Amino acid sequence: MADTGGAVGAVIDRDGLSALVRVLREGGRTVVGPTVRDGAIVLDELESADQLPYGWGVELEAGYYRLRRRTDRAAFAHSAGPQSWKTFLQPQRVRQWSAERGTDGTLTAREEPPPTVSYAFLGVRPCDLRAITIQDRVLTGGRYADTDYRARRTGAFLVVAECTEPGATCFCVSMGTGPAADGGYDLALTEVLDDAGHRFWIRAGSEDGARVLAALPRRPEDAATTGAARDAVAGAAERMGRTMPPVDLRALLQGNPEAARWDEVAARCLTCGNCTMACPTCFCTSAEDVTDLTGGHAERWRVWESCYDLEFTHLPGGPVRASGRSRYRQWLTHKLSTWYDQFGSSGCVGCGRCIVWCPVGIDLTEEAWAIHREAEAAGGAPQ
Amino acid sequence: MTVPVPHRVVRSTAETSDTTTVLLEPEGPGLAPFRPGQFAMMYAFGRGEAPISVSGWEPPGAGGSCGRLVHTVRAVGAVSAALRGLRPGDRVGVRGPYGTGWDLAAAEGCDVLVVAGGLGLAPLRPLVAELVDGPGRFGSCSVLVGARTPADLLYRGTLRTWAASPRVAVATTVDRPGPGWTGDVGVVTALLDRVAFHPPGTAAFVCGPEVMMRATARELVHRGVPAQRIQLSLERTMHCGTGHCGHCQLGPVLLCRDGPVVGWDRAERLLTVREL
Repeated sequence: MADTGGAVGAVIDRDGLSALVRVLREGGRTVVGPTVRDGAIVLDELESADQLPYGWGVELEAGYYRLRRRTDRAAFAHSAGPQSWKTFLQPQRVRQWSAERGTDGTLTAREEPPPTVSYAFLGVRPCDLRAITIQDRVLTGGRYADTDYRARRTGAFLVVAECTEPGATCFCVSMGTGPAADGGYDLALTEVLDDAGHRFWIRAGSEDGARVLAALPRRPEDAATTGAARDAVAGAAERMGRTMPPVDLRALLQGNPEAARWDEVAARCLTCGNCTMACPTCFCTSAEDVTDLTGGHAERWRVWESCYDLEFTHLPGGPVRASGRSRYRQWLTHKLSTWYDQFGSSGCVGCGRCIVWCPVGIDLTEEAWAIHREAEAAGGAPQ
Repeated sequence: MTVPVPHRVVRSTAETSDTTTVLLEPEGPGLAPFRPGQFAMMYAFGRGEAPISVSGWEPPGAGGSCGRLVHTVRAVGAVSAALRGLRPGDRVGVRGPYGTGWDLAAAEGCDVLVVAGGLGLAPLRPLVAELVDGPGRFGSCSVLVGARTPADLLYRGTLRTWAASPRVAVATTVDRPGPGWTGDVGVVTALLDRVAFHPPGTAAFVCGPEVMMRATARELVHRGVPAQRIQLSLERTMHCGTGHCGHCQLGPVLLCRDGPVVGWDRAERLLTVREL
């Protein structure tokens, strides 16, 4: 998608990246980006671009994540870490309202004022950018909007880093979400490292982005840089570690709720919920009600919840999804299929986090392939 | 997020040993009008919220005052136990209206069957009230009610009032009769033989335990009632009521948003897969 505002691309160096963080912070924004901590590349508030994971890469496999030193000083040559941007846009615990009970029994309830934070996210992957637009639709696109999410999301400045180094668990090409960015950002970066040096092709995708770009030390884009950048992204598309079966996943999953494969995967799944915590689109929450010791003050909190939790489907007669089989089936079917019915798109962006952070290495692409093969063997096309 | 609107309990009526009907008056501006089949999130201070269908309301009075709400609550957990224990003068929070509601317009010109099991009569009560009070937009109207025992029948006075109306036929049955019970014994579907309706031109509204709704819908289809004219009110866990918490999913359906009233043409497959 074309950049808006007629913005022209430019090239910046590492100095330009440092200036970008500075300019965004001076503009009153909380800058969040990737940084190395606790043996992983995590998302955290950045005070300067020096905290970016220059020279770090990652090795990924099912149930496996390791940092590794790179031979170059690339800042964005790593794929998804354990967190996603929902950590900031839909935090794990949010107070939604408070209530008071007067001595005369009267009840008053007061909505939590919306947070005033102004974020800039630096290094958003195209797959994660899609995840943000999916969460936008889930949490603010319907009849009722989640006011806390809307306040955090509105005005968030998004700096995309196109993907040049996919991990072994990545499959954004299958999901149509990357590795190139196609709009929806304020600024897009593509990192280039070659004999001509370490630099970033940068384009504005919004008026805000153009204003910030204009404040950075930069030079006009040149064919060598744009060509190398495009080649790097195209090369990433060729090096996806995983693929989804090229079929209608929505029909495949909804059409095969009784596949034998569900029993097979259930025998391995611990129903720990790691995949739901790591997933950038999993949005489920539970309501938590608390009172203080006086009993006169109560609060409603919204906390992350997982559909793998037995209590998730609690009804007076017992949980609806009592078996691990039904809970894994719910997660995968929702992600790849019923999400279309509910919110108009797939819920999966191909980031591979759920594969990496599964303690027993369950790979949803492998599960989708297995269900596809089983459906084929059972007599052709899924419904 | 919308916060609970304080309501004062005007009246509290014990229906059965574990079920109570409360009449609520808003303190200040009330909620938007409910339609039959919609539900509210009722808040017991400090305990939490539970989704409770609306069982009736009193229309807004003059001068902008707001309507009173009727809700019937069965004590099945901490929150509903607190709501069931409400006494006149107590305060409760209410959010809503949420959900789809019964599509009564789709039944115009049809014979109407209302089939309730146990607490399932609660969301059907305002629908029957429209059948009783409404002009002759419908063919024959029948209300079939099943309960475990005679003591578990809800709204016994209201049932008698309906039975006296020339617009509806009322039949009741229980699983386990007690002393003095002279009515039917057995499952509610057996009552279908007791009332007159023309299956191809019939619309049905069904609420009760899931097993009862499945059996009723299948029997109605077997008799020739079109699946898309059989509406059920389904139940799943709900934490938010606004489509954001994810708990109430039934396959592709978010029940708080796309339900709780769902047509059998859509629900049949979803209620056939175990643990969906």
